[in-house]
Amino acid sequence: MTVPVPAPTGTPSAHGQGADTPWRRLDPRMLAITPIAGLVRLLPAFVIVLFTGRGDGDLSRVWASVGAVGLVVVLGALRWRFTRYRITGDRVELHSGWLRRQRRSVPRDRIRTVDLTSRLEHRVFGLSVVKVGAATGSGHDDGLTLNAVGRAEADRLRRELLDRTAATPGRAGPEPLPSSEIARLDWAWIRFAPLTFSSLAGVGIVVGTLFNLLDDVGVDAGDIGANAVGDLARAGLVAVLGAVAATVLVVAVLGSLVLFAERWFAYRLTREPDGTLRVRRGFLTRRSSSVSERRLRGVELVEPILLRAGRAAQTRALAAGLARDTQRGVLQPPVPRAEADRVAAAVTGADPTRTTRAALHAHPAAARRRRLTRALVPTAAVVTGAFLLDAHVVGPVSLLLLPIMAAVALDRARNLGHAVTPGYLVTRQGSVVRRTVALQQGSIIGWTVRQSPFQRWAGVVTVEAVTAAGAGAYRILDLATADAAALIAATTQDGIRR
Amino acid sequence: MTTALPLRPPAHQVSPRAVRWWRLRDALTVLALLVPQVVVVVLGGPGWLVVTAIATAVVGAAYAAVVPPLLYRIHRWEVTEEAVYTLSGWLVREWRIAPISRVQTVDTQHGPLQQLLKLASVTVTTASAKGPVTIRGLTAGDAAELARVLTETTQATPGDAT
Repeated sequence: MTVPVPAPTGTPSAHGQGADTPWRRLDPRMLAITPIAGLVRLLPAFVIVLFTGRGDGDLSRVWASVGAVGLVVVLGALRWRFTRYRITGDRVELHSGWLRRQRRSVPRDRIRTVDLTSRLEHRVFGLSVVKVGAATGSGHDDGLTLNAVGRAEADRLRRELLDRTAATPGRAGPEPLPSSEIARLDWAWIRFAPLTFSSLAGVGIVVGTLFNLLDDVGVDAGDIGANAVGDLARAGLVAVLGAVAATVLVVAVLGSLVLFAERWFAYRLTREPDGTLRVRRGFLTRRSSSVSERRLRGVELVEPILLRAGRAAQTRALAAGLARDTQRGVLQPPVPRAEADRVAAAVTGADPTRTTRAALHAHPAAARRRRLTRALVPTAAVVTGAFLLDAHVVGPVSLLLLPIMAAVALDRARNLGHAVTPGYLVTRQGSVVRRTVALQQGSIIGWTVRQSPFQRWAGVVTVEAVTAAGAGAYRILDLATADAAALIAATTQDGIRR
Repeated sequence: MTTALPLRPPAHQVSPRAVRWWRLRDALTVLALLVPQVVVVVLGGPGWLVVTAIATAVVGAAYAAVVPPLLYRIHRWEVTEEAVYTLSGWLVREWRIAPISRVQTVDTQHGPLQQLLKLASVTVTTASAKGPVTIRGLTAGDAAELARVLTETTQATPGDAT
């Protein structure tokens, strides 16, 4: 029986209840998985070692292979044998390591996220890797990872660790109520996949795999390239370049589609009855990440330039203690802007006009001048350098940089903006990646105002709202000096008065 | 150059001895840069090192003469019932505000030079890695008193300050 009790915030109980909670081991099926996963990774090397041996009597290679296999098995067994964990009333403890013993202990009231990941090899055996994300005042990520436990145990851990009301050791809360769905995958969104940077990653992966493959087979990729280029050179340089560009483009698009499908297959965003936001997704690798809603401090709308051109965006959660990490806090795949706003609204419980759709105040003209000088002065230096280097080709080509950088600078200036809406501070900046951050006013735990000599001259300042969430501080760039104090006063209930 | 300030300056100045502390620190930095150059020159290094050594000495001396008094004029701090508030930096000005209710820890530091001059710095941290507010160059007595008051005030405030 569990009686919901109010969470004891910061109760100092050094040897709190449950000091004799029994230790648990990782799932014994890890004994099988570690060697298998290791072998699968080593397989290409084995095949090559076995089949490229010179002469027939060269058995040492075979023995070396067998030895390596044995080592992998033994190390996996030792790792399992020496890893144990337990959850007491106020801490999660993990002891691991065989030669170098490690002890991690995370206070439960510092736990911010619990992520479950099942790679292919884990899914075959019904296991999950549990990653507990926690934070201390220092801002470091002080979490721990259990690699791996059974799926049921992982689910129990997720619920127990994030639900402070069910803080009875060794006992999960009541059976979960049905969770409410906020969003689910719409395959039409895959049209945005080629507009993400993952299309570049797609190229990298395909090319990398290809080269690895060739390399493993013992073919020098450089030779092939040289021969092919030699043949093609007769067909004309332009045709070669065109063919290469077309191939890269096709590979990039296909790669991004595949990556999107792998990452976002079966995507669901739900609000769980235990007060967490949970994202589930993944085709081969199943991922589930949960953020406690009590830790939610706002949302961030991210629009890389290509996505912005396609009128798409991605909403992320800003939660206390979540480090700035590319995948942390991601709530959805790239989606149409309206869907991003809808999810932001559903997550914050605030109308989008207060967060991601807020009407922003533009920044003074000095801000635009500063964007231009900051972009063009370094570019001019680069162009000068290029002309000194080679005035015939590199120099003239580098001139193209000037209009590009000017366009980016003007776009940055146009995007700058901030607003104080009921309950939120909204700030936007960036061009190549435009970010709109809506931060709960109550989560602002300090202010930094900076002014360089140039800014003094231009009559602007940079204001940073300090918070425990996300990047730790969010900037409002080149605000008119006179507006800074008013902004701080308007958004800080218990802050300093003018 | 008219400069409207974004925020009013905090009420208190740091200890006047801080000027000496900053000067000593600058002198040590200059020495650390100068001594290796001189040693190499004495051991028969290239002639241009004499020029850089002289340049180091001149620039260092000018910096140590001009900047510390400037820092003293600019550096200010204030602790109200609501917030810790500082202003620092001579080229890039920086105003920092940490509401008392969000303060997590209060530390005092005495470096070797500061001990020599009976000075101390007080650092107030909040739940963000980006938020620490440091008041440098207080007299040791003032720093201890400030830390005591801040610790008492923050302990009286409930919550985990995130």
